[in-house]
Amino acid sequence: MATETTTPSNTTALDTNSAPFVGTRSKVSSHISQNEGLIFEKSSPGKKAYRLAPLDVPAIDPQALLGKHAREDLGVLPEVSEIEIIRHFTRLSTWNYAIDLGMYPLGSCTMKYNPRVNEMVARLEGIADAHPYQPESLSQGAMRVMWMLQDCLKEITGMDAITLQPAAGAHGEFTGILLVRAYHESKGNPRKTILIPDSAHGTNPATAAICGYQVQNLKSNSHGMVDLAELEHLVDEETAALMLTNPSTIGVFESEIHKIADILHAKGALLYMDGANMNALVGKTRPGDFGVDVMHLNLHKTFSTPHGGGGPGSGPVACKKILEPFLPTPVLVEKADNTLTFNYDRLQSVGRVRMFYGNYGMFVRALAYILANGPDGLRQTTEDAVLNANYIRAKLEDVYDLPYKTPTLHEVVFSDRRQARNGVKTGDIAKRLIDYGFHPYTTSFPMIVAGALMIEPTESESKEELDQFIDAMRQIAHEAEENPEIILHAPHATRVSRMDEVAAARKPVLRWKPDTAPESAATEIATSSKTPPLVPATAAKEY
Amino acid sequence: MRYLPKSPSDRDAMLKEIGASSIGDLFLSIPSEYRLTGDLNIPPQMGEQEIVNLFRVAADRNANGYASFLGAGAYRHYRPVVIDALVQRGEFLTSYTPYQAEISQGTLQAIFEFQTMICELTGMEIANASMYDGSTGAAESVTMAARVTRRSHIVVANTVHPEYREVLKTYAQHQGLTKHRVGYGVDGRVDMQALEAAITDQTACVLIQSPNFFGVIEDVAAIAELAHSKGALLIVSIAEALSLGVVRPPSEADIVSLEAQSFGVAISYGGPYCGVLACKEKFIRQMPGRLTGATVDQQGRRGFVLTLSTREQHIRREKATSNICTNQALVALMTCIYLTIYGKAGMRELAEQNLAKAHYAAQTLAGTPGSKLLFAGSPRFNEFVLDTAEPPDVVNARLLQQKMIGGLPLSHWYPELKHASLWCATEQNSRAQIDAAAAVIAGKHAPALAYV
Repeated sequence: MATETTTPSNTTALDTNSAPFVGTRSKVSSHISQNEGLIFEKSSPGKKAYRLAPLDVPAIDPQALLGKHAREDLGVLPEVSEIEIIRHFTRLSTWNYAIDLGMYPLGSCTMKYNPRVNEMVARLEGIADAHPYQPESLSQGAMRVMWMLQDCLKEITGMDAITLQPAAGAHGEFTGILLVRAYHESKGNPRKTILIPDSAHGTNPATAAICGYQVQNLKSNSHGMVDLAELEHLVDEETAALMLTNPSTIGVFESEIHKIADILHAKGALLYMDGANMNALVGKTRPGDFGVDVMHLNLHKTFSTPHGGGGPGSGPVACKKILEPFLPTPVLVEKADNTLTFNYDRLQSVGRVRMFYGNYGMFVRALAYILANGPDGLRQTTEDAVLNANYIRAKLEDVYDLPYKTPTLHEVVFSDRRQARNGVKTGDIAKRLIDYGFHPYTTSFPMIVAGALMIEPTESESKEELDQFIDAMRQIAHEAEENPEIILHAPHATRVSRMDEVAAARKPVLRWKPDTAPESAATEIATSSKTPPLVPATAAKEY
Repeated sequence: MRYLPKSPSDRDAMLKEIGASSIGDLFLSIPSEYRLTGDLNIPPQMGEQEIVNLFRVAADRNANGYASFLGAGAYRHYRPVVIDALVQRGEFLTSYTPYQAEISQGTLQAIFEFQTMICELTGMEIANASMYDGSTGAAESVTMAARVTRRSHIVVANTVHPEYREVLKTYAQHQGLTKHRVGYGVDGRVDMQALEAAITDQTACVLIQSPNFFGVIEDVAAIAELAHSKGALLIVSIAEALSLGVVRPPSEADIVSLEAQSFGVAISYGGPYCGVLACKEKFIRQMPGRLTGATVDQQGRRGFVLTLSTREQHIRREKATSNICTNQALVALMTCIYLTIYGKAGMRELAEQNLAKAHYAAQTLAGTPGSKLLFAGSPRFNEFVLDTAEPPDVVNARLLQQKMIGGLPLSHWYPELKHASLWCATEQNSRAQIDAAAAVIAGKHAPALAYV
């Protein structure tokens, strides 16, 4: 503790025999961070940030038109000026980490660069203002963008048909499993179970459940791959599909993928691929070629549409011809005169999964990304993503435990086994990484690796940025040996320290109220909490 | 490739460090028969200028520069420029879900403010951090009600947006839910007698929309009383969120499913939009989606975290409340900024302008020969159903020649409403546009419009 409060600023960190080791943070320096309250706390009656055009029709009396349905009051909605709004949200923005600031190595999330031209074209008048119900004759440009994207994604995945309607990856899974179910139903039996490897994303079992299937867990073998004998043993005439992430969540390509597909197909079951890790495959191999029947893509991962603090996503579902009749309505079709139209008349369709046509703005961005890359750029992108992950693996495997030695593609999963001997867990290392100027990797996932550190650098990192990351990780490993305390209470350099999550969940404060402002409510939580503060109040100072 | 930050010598140096002789070595785990040897058959790499031109051409093939009277779940409202100036800040645009609270306080605090404003607008006690959109939000709220009540019968008003109902059908089909549809009366509102007959002691919830698909405001209090008398929950879906500026919030509901697109989100050919669920606090454990809560850090400073994640798929897997993971965070931020810009006074003023424009449009268009306003005596917000002497397609074709997009024909979903179309007038529709549309409907030669 003493180290943190007394150590001077980062560039002169002490590394002598007299004091425990503290790493040198070369990527970052401390910086003034503006304080900012809640917008409601700035509100004052009479302040305005808008001015409407004068009403050019006769004014009305809402009370007369709406009667008892007229609203009396808008409660705590704020009243502030434009400059205050700009400052408020700009200040908040500076409290976030972002890809635009540096490497964001969240495994499975594919935090790659979000090109700005994508944002520009999605905001073009005629695209941003297109109404989903405007006549098809006046929507041909919008529809052509969808058609081009569909063509590109079918080619990239090696699939025959596609829907762009699902709003995100999990929504794509839902759609894909509905296709599977409709297919089996058309053969007379929807079947009962979906097989899911123990390394899968949590959305997979949740999806199977809402589609009315039982989840059957499939253990991984010692290489982190599907255990073929186990698979053969489990698949029967009631197996609807296997939901497989390939490469898996430990970054390993299922090298016996064709056998997996054969085992399933022999019993009439289908192979669903979770395309979350498609960034490892684009331009190098195609799921449609190696036996996948249906898969989703995450446009906000592989195809560079921004994550935006948690969304929006877009989760197109591509499939083989046998599943095409079941695609959600409407389906885009090209007529003999080369114009496009939506076909709503599809008897075997699973129905709609979303109103209108999907997260259209994301289609525009994804297509812009594909066009900026072309076939050679996409291939180089995949190669660089895999190169980066393997570089990190090679440079860190002597200090972090690598539970699976199998060759990996776009991500590498270490475990905290060595650091845990000093009480330092993956979550602690992740928090310490923040002090070094990086966003943490994914912690504690996949579940087949105890104390997992799941690192996905993507192609967007330069060698310099990677070297800084590697240096930070090595210094943290060193700290774990000699100064675990500094890791256990990290981060130290952020404007807030670790949050009391227990109190947040025990007595949820989910909105601001004028009488019991969250400040007092939260303080109440803190004082009523049985968990004592982990660090004394002085510990969070910059060191 | 301009997005890739490595020189050939960087790559060579890195391969050397790895101990690989070529990049191909790193892909050997992919069986050779599945490795691509040639290029994908997609368009060649383009420069930025070519990309912009391609999309400009596409944009120009759409209805650019038309006056429009379309609504029906996607609303044309002015978007203050401040919204895009702020959401395009890289710290908002290029950050991930705020799981690491210490370096995500910006997103977290904004979501907390968003949740607060949604509660205030809807009259509910809690709101989540967003859902995909209004249609999937409505479907998720129905399955949520089934979990809360442990009942499986659902009653759905036929005046809920037809595409919302289609999505609900898809969601409900494998969850053992049975559905009962209730029609509308001559006033364009839920048929109360039919509703009363439909609700049983097995009914989990009643789903209505208000303003409904015809733009008519439902009697939420009366419907709530019917639902609650049998122990069913009332879910109110709201597609035109701006109505809340002037229409009383559905406080009697148990769950409100809001589509917040009206709050500063581009129409963008149907998405991305911003669904959000709000409900009574007692249902919190069954609510799907992310939630942000206030708490303190180790020094007692206020901060925010994602909370109650034990409801969610990454913890509960197949027992989760929903499979939702990614939501619409950036779009929720847009709506939060929009609500801050208009605020307490502006939301009312803007909503009143919409009310006035739609009232004027309804009176003016219904005054054309052979036209009449359907459900005329019922309270409305900014949409109305117009019955015309000629089929709507004929009227609309004539309007298109004058660069105007008329109302949405309804007979596709409601065969009984043969010559009816759904019109929407917002602050974006000028009196001149409305008068010109009336002239075209009447078969007169419309005066040339100067579009802004």
